[in-house]
Amino acid sequence: MPAQIIQANQTPFNAVPVDPVTLDIIENALRNARIEMDATLVRTAMSPGIREQGDAFPLIADHTGKMIVGQFGSYIGPFLDGFDGTVEDGDLIFLSDPYSVQGAISHSNDWLVLLPVFKDGRLIAYTSMFGHQSDIGGMVPGSMPIHATSIFQEGVRIPPVKIWKQGVYNDDLIRLVMHQTRTPDWCKADLNALIASCRVAARRVIEMAARFGDDVFTSATTLLLERNHRAMKQLIASSISEEPVTFEDYICDDGMGYGPYKIKCTMWRENGRVVLDFAGTDPQSRASINMLLNENMMRMFFGIYMIMIFDPQILFNDGYYDLIDVRIPEGSLLKPKFPAALSGRTHVLGRLFDILGGLLGQKTPEFLNAAGFSSSPHLFYAGTDSQGKWFQLFQIGFGGIPGRPLGDGPDGHSLFPGFTNVPNEFLERYFPLVIERYETVADSGGAGLHRGGNGIDMVYRFLEAGTIAIHDDRWFVPPWGVNGGEPGARARKVLIKADGTQIVVGNKIEDYPVEPGDRLHFITWGGGGWGDPLDRDPALLAKELAQGLVTEQGALRYGVVLNNGAVDAPATEALRAKMRAERGDTGVFNFGPDLETLRANCLAETGLPAPIPPRWANA
Amino acid sequence: MTYRLGVDVGGTFTDLLLFNQSTGAFWRNKTPSTPHDSSEGILNGVTAICEKAGIAPSDVEFFLHGTTVATNAVLEGKGARVGLITTDGYRQVMQIARSFVPGGLAGWIVWPKPVPLAALEDTIEVRGRMDAQGNEIAPLDEAQVRQALTTLRDSGIEALTISLINAYLHGAHEARIAELAAEIMPDIPLSLSHLVLPEMQEYERTLTTVANAAVRPVVGKYVRNLRDRLRGAGMAGSLSLLRSDGGLMSSEKSEEHPVSLLMSGPAGGVTGAIWVGRNAGIRNILTLDVGGTSTDVALIENLEARRQRTTEVGHLSVRASALDVKTVGAGGGSIAYVPELTGALRVGPQSAGAVPGPVAYSKGGTLPTVTDANVVLGYLPENLLGGTFKLDREGAKKAVQTIADALGIGLMEAARGIIDIVNENMFGALRMISVQQGYDPRDFAVMGFGGAGPLHVNAVARLMGSWPAVSPVSPGVLCALGDATTRMRTETARSFSRRVDQTDEAEVLALLDDMAAQTRAELTAEGIAEADVTSQFELDIRYEGQAFEVPLSIDAEVLRRDGLQGVTARFDAEHLRLFTFNMDSAHELVNLRAVAMGPALDLPAQKLEAGNGDPVAAKLRDHELWADGAMVPAVIYDRAKLRAGDIIPGPAIVTEMDSTTLIEAGCTGAVDAVGNILINPN
Repeated sequence: MPAQIIQANQTPFNAVPVDPVTLDIIENALRNARIEMDATLVRTAMSPGIREQGDAFPLIADHTGKMIVGQFGSYIGPFLDGFDGTVEDGDLIFLSDPYSVQGAISHSNDWLVLLPVFKDGRLIAYTSMFGHQSDIGGMVPGSMPIHATSIFQEGVRIPPVKIWKQGVYNDDLIRLVMHQTRTPDWCKADLNALIASCRVAARRVIEMAARFGDDVFTSATTLLLERNHRAMKQLIASSISEEPVTFEDYICDDGMGYGPYKIKCTMWRENGRVVLDFAGTDPQSRASINMLLNENMMRMFFGIYMIMIFDPQILFNDGYYDLIDVRIPEGSLLKPKFPAALSGRTHVLGRLFDILGGLLGQKTPEFLNAAGFSSSPHLFYAGTDSQGKWFQLFQIGFGGIPGRPLGDGPDGHSLFPGFTNVPNEFLERYFPLVIERYETVADSGGAGLHRGGNGIDMVYRFLEAGTIAIHDDRWFVPPWGVNGGEPGARARKVLIKADGTQIVVGNKIEDYPVEPGDRLHFITWGGGGWGDPLDRDPALLAKELAQGLVTEQGALRYGVVLNNGAVDAPATEALRAKMRAERGDTGVFNFGPDLETLRANCLAETGLPAPIPPRWANA
Repeated sequence: MTYRLGVDVGGTFTDLLLFNQSTGAFWRNKTPSTPHDSSEGILNGVTAICEKAGIAPSDVEFFLHGTTVATNAVLEGKGARVGLITTDGYRQVMQIARSFVPGGLAGWIVWPKPVPLAALEDTIEVRGRMDAQGNEIAPLDEAQVRQALTTLRDSGIEALTISLINAYLHGAHEARIAELAAEIMPDIPLSLSHLVLPEMQEYERTLTTVANAAVRPVVGKYVRNLRDRLRGAGMAGSLSLLRSDGGLMSSEKSEEHPVSLLMSGPAGGVTGAIWVGRNAGIRNILTLDVGGTSTDVALIENLEARRQRTTEVGHLSVRASALDVKTVGAGGGSIAYVPELTGALRVGPQSAGAVPGPVAYSKGGTLPTVTDANVVLGYLPENLLGGTFKLDREGAKKAVQTIADALGIGLMEAARGIIDIVNENMFGALRMISVQQGYDPRDFAVMGFGGAGPLHVNAVARLMGSWPAVSPVSPGVLCALGDATTRMRTETARSFSRRVDQTDEAEVLALLDDMAAQTRAELTAEGIAEADVTSQFELDIRYEGQAFEVPLSIDAEVLRRDGLQGVTARFDAEHLRLFTFNMDSAHELVNLRAVAMGPALDLPAQKLEAGNGDPVAAKLRDHELWADGAMVPAVIYDRAKLRAGDIIPGPAIVTEMDSTTLIEAGCTGAVDAVGNILINPN
C-alpha cells in the first residue's frame, strides 16, 4: 500500500503561469542549493570514503517526488509506492535496504535520508541524500563480503523508518543501528552530515517558495520537468535509431571462481520512446556481485550519457522518464531475487556505463568513447595494532580514463563524479602503513590516436598485521578500444612478502592475512584507446617516453621506433607501413582476444587461473 | 605632508589614487594600461596625478600597488619553466593530482585535462624518506640527487621546486637538496615545500610550491623593473605590494613569496570597501565588484574581511591565504542567449570582453550583452558626462530584440529579463558567502563598485534584503584606494594535527610565541617600529576525523586567559552556526598560524561641502527609464556637483567620469558627509 501523506493544509497547489526569467532563476537557485548540500556534507562527514572521496549523492525533488536537481535520479516515487506508513511534517526517513526501495539504493552500505519539506502545512518538496558508510557490521570489515550468498550476511539492513517522527527524535533507533557497526563514530558523523545537508536544502526551498509564492514555485518545478521532457524527446528523435542496436560486456568473475558474467542490452526507438532491453543478461550470481538495478536510475544514466555525448549544455531532471522504457529480466544479474547478496554491485554499476557508451556511440562512432568506466576498485585493511587499537581503512582507487573524441584519457583519474583520492600523507598519518609508490603504469593505457589513460600502481607497505580485502574487476576481460584504438591493460594485484616471495593475489578476495613489511602492489586497469594508433604524432611518443608514460617497447604498438629518446623517422615510417599492410580492417570495437583465448592464456598472462563458466540450475 | 599613492593595474586602465594622509584629500587618475610594460602606464599616471595635486613624485612616501602580474602568469601559462624534485615513487604527483574530474556523471567525456604547472619531463624523483612522524626511514641518496640536479640544470629549467613526502614534518632532506642545488645551479631560484607551506597533503603542498616557483622570475623581473623606473622618476619612498589576503608586503618579500600575490587584484577592492565603510559608519558590508566579464563578491564583518586558506586561480587551488572572494562569470560584457533545445534565457559566462565588447560600444560587438540591456532600459544614458563616449542605443535594441524574438516576449521585457538573470547570478554569489556561511544578509549593506557595480547594487540589495545599497566615492578606482589605505601583514603556518585533549597548552603557546617572534621580526626588518606591530594567532580546529577545519582568530592574551578550552568552545559555536549541529567527538588542533600586522592607519576621508538636501544644482537633465513594466520619468545628476545631505528620489541616475549609479523607483539615495550615496527603500 502506498505511503499516506498527511498535510495540515489540504489546499492543492494552483498551476499558475511562470515567466521564463523566473523559471530560470528558480532552476539556478535549486542548483545552488544542491551545491550547498555537497559542501555541507564534505565539511562535516568523517569517514575517508565520504569526506575525502565524496562517495555521496544529493537530490531535491518536487512535491510528487520527481527529481529537479541531483545525479542519480529520484527513488522517491518507488519508495512512496512501497512505504506502508505516513509522511508527515517533522518526519525524517532513514533507510538502507535495497529491496525495500526497488534498488533505488543498491547496497546496504548506502544510508539514505529523506526529508519531506513542509511549508504552511503543505508538502512542497523533498530533499534527500545517500552516502556510503565505511562499515555496517556483517561478516567482514567494510561490510561488503564478496563471497556473501545472502543479504543477511552484509550487515545491518534498515527498512524505511523515521529518525524524527513529527519532530520527535528516536534515540533508541540510532543506538540500535550504531551498535551494529565496527565504526560507530564515522557512521554517526556521516549520518549527521547527510541530515544537515538535507536540512540546508530544505531551508533553501522554503525561502524560495516564500520569495516567489508557493504556487509559482510548484508550477516552476513542473515546467522544469516539462522542459526536459521536450528537450529529451527531440534528442531521442534525432539520435536514436528505430533499428535495434545491441551491446554486451562482462564482469570478469564473482570472487568465488566463476565468470565471466554477461550483461547484454538492446536499444531501439519505438513510438517516440526508447526501449532499453536487458534480455540476454546472465542470471543472478550466488555471490554478491548482483546489482538490483532501479529502472529510474537506469533512465537517469541514459539521459546523462545522452547529453554528455550529444549536447552537454542541457541540465537534467526527471522530466523525461516516461520516454524511456527499461526492461530487466527477473532473476538476472540486474534484478536478483531476495535475499540475494548485493554488496559487491560496484562492478556491475561501472560496467553499465561502458555498455551505455557502447550502445549510444555505435551508430555515430565519432561520438564514441572507449571503455574504462570499468570499476571502482576497493581496498580494505583492518586489524588491531600493537597498542590494541582497532584500525580500518576503506579506500577507493582509480584507473585510466578511456581515450575520448576530445583527446587522450587522463592518467589515474576518477570516472565517478566528485571523487578524489586520499592524500598519501593523510593515510600514513592515520593508518599503520607507508605508501611507497603512487604512480601510473607506463603503457597500460590502450594505444590509439588518443591513448587511454594509464592505470595506477599504488604500493602499500603494511606496518601492522591485519587482513586485507580487494574488490576489483577488468582483470580478465580487458577494457575495449574503439575506432582502431586498442584495449587497455588489465588490473593486477601482487603481494610481496618481507622475504621477497611474490604472490599474485586475486582481484576479488576477502580476509586475506598480511604481516608487517608485506608490500601490496594495487595495480588498476588502463583505459581503452580511441582511434588509429598509427596516426598518433610520433613526437608525442618521444615526449611520453621522457615522461615515463610509455616505454620504447610500448611505442612500437603505435608503429613508432624510438632510439635514445628520439623518433627514428625512417624506421617508424617503415614499421607503420608494414603494420598497416598486415592488419585487417580495424572495425569500430576492439575487444581484444575472444573469451576462449583469454581463458587459455589466463594463467600465463595474469598469474591467476581462468574463471570457470558459471552454471545455473535453470539455465 | 605625507602622501600615499595607490596604483591598480587592470587590463584596460591603470587607476591611481593619491592620498594626503593628514588631510584626507585625494586625487584620482585613470590612464590606459600598457600591457607590454606596465611601468610605462604607471609612470604616465604618476606624472599626471602629481601634477594635479601640485606635488613632485619625490613627495610620495608610500607607493602601494595591487597587481595581477602573478595571476596572469599562471592563467596565461607564462610562468617560468619549473623543475621539480619529488620523493621516489611520487614522480607523478602533479600528473595524478587528486584524481578529481569536474562535472557530474560522465563529466570525464568533455573535460580537457590541464597540463601540470611543472612538466612531468622536468620532474625527477630521488631516494630518501621521512615517515608520518617526521623520522627518517631512508637516508637521502646524495649521489642520485646530484645527478638529478645536473640533469635538470642541463635541460634548461628556470626555477626549481623541492617537495618531498612528509617534509611538512621534517625539512632536512629538502634543505640538503637545496644546498646541493645552490652548488650545482647557483643562479636558479629555489622554492622548498616545507618553507612555502609546512602543511600536510602532498599534492596541495607541491602545487603551491611549484606555483610559487613558476611566478617568481616573472614577478621578480616586474618588481625590479618597476622599482628602477620609479627611482628614475625621482620617487624615493617605499614600494609595497598588496597580498591576496588584503595586507601589504614589501616588494623584496614579494619577490621571494609571490604565491601570496595571486589574488592581489580583487583584494584591493575589498580593502577599499573597508576604508569606505569605516568613514561611512557601516561595519558589515557585502562587496559587489562588477567588471566587464566577471563579478567579485566578498563579505566584510565588523570591518574585517573574511579570509580563507586557499587561493583559486583558474583551475588551480593553491594553499595561500586570501580574502574569501568569490567570482561569478557575470559582468557588463556577459552575453545573453537562448539555447534552442530548452528555450531558456541564459546570461554568461561567455563574455564579449573589451573586444568586440557590447554592441552599444560600437567596437564590432554583435551579440546582446548585459550592458546593451542596461542601455535599452535607459539605465545607461547614451550621452554620458563629457560626451567623449557615445553609446549606440539603436544597435543595442536590435541585438536585444533577437532575445525577445526567441522568447516570444517584448523588447523591454527581454532586456529586463537579462538584467534580472545577471542580478540573480550576482545574488547567488553573494548568498554563497553570506547565507551559506550562516550570516544573515539583512545585517549587511551592499557596496557596488568597479565600472558597473553602482548600476546593479540597488537591485541586488533588494534581492538580498541588505540595506543600504552603497555607491562609494570613486567607485571606479576603489581598488587603488584600497591599495593606498591598507596595512602591512605577514604570516607563518605550521601543521600540528593532534587531539586537543592530548595537547600540552604550554607547548602550543611556546610554539605560537616562536612563530609570532618570527613574523614580528619580518616586519621590523621592513622598518616598522616594534611597538607598532600587532600579533594575532589563528588556530584551525575540527572534530577529529573531519576534513574541514574552522579557522579561529585569537590574540595571545585571550588564549592565555581562556586556554584551549575557550578555543574549542568557540569552535563548537561556529560549527553550530555553519552546519546546524555539534558532536561529542574529540577536537583536533590541525594548524597553527601567527599573523603580524603593521600599524592600522587612521586615514580620514575628506568632508564634502554640505548642501541643503535638494540635489537640483547637480541636475543634468530629465530622462526616461524602464521601471515596473513601463517607461517612467527620471532625472540624471552629475555626481561631482552633489553636496552632503542631498536627497535623491528614485528613479534617478548619477553619472561621473567612470561610473554610473542607478537609484531605482521606490528607493531614495542620500549623500553622506564624505560623498557616498546610500540608497534605501522608501
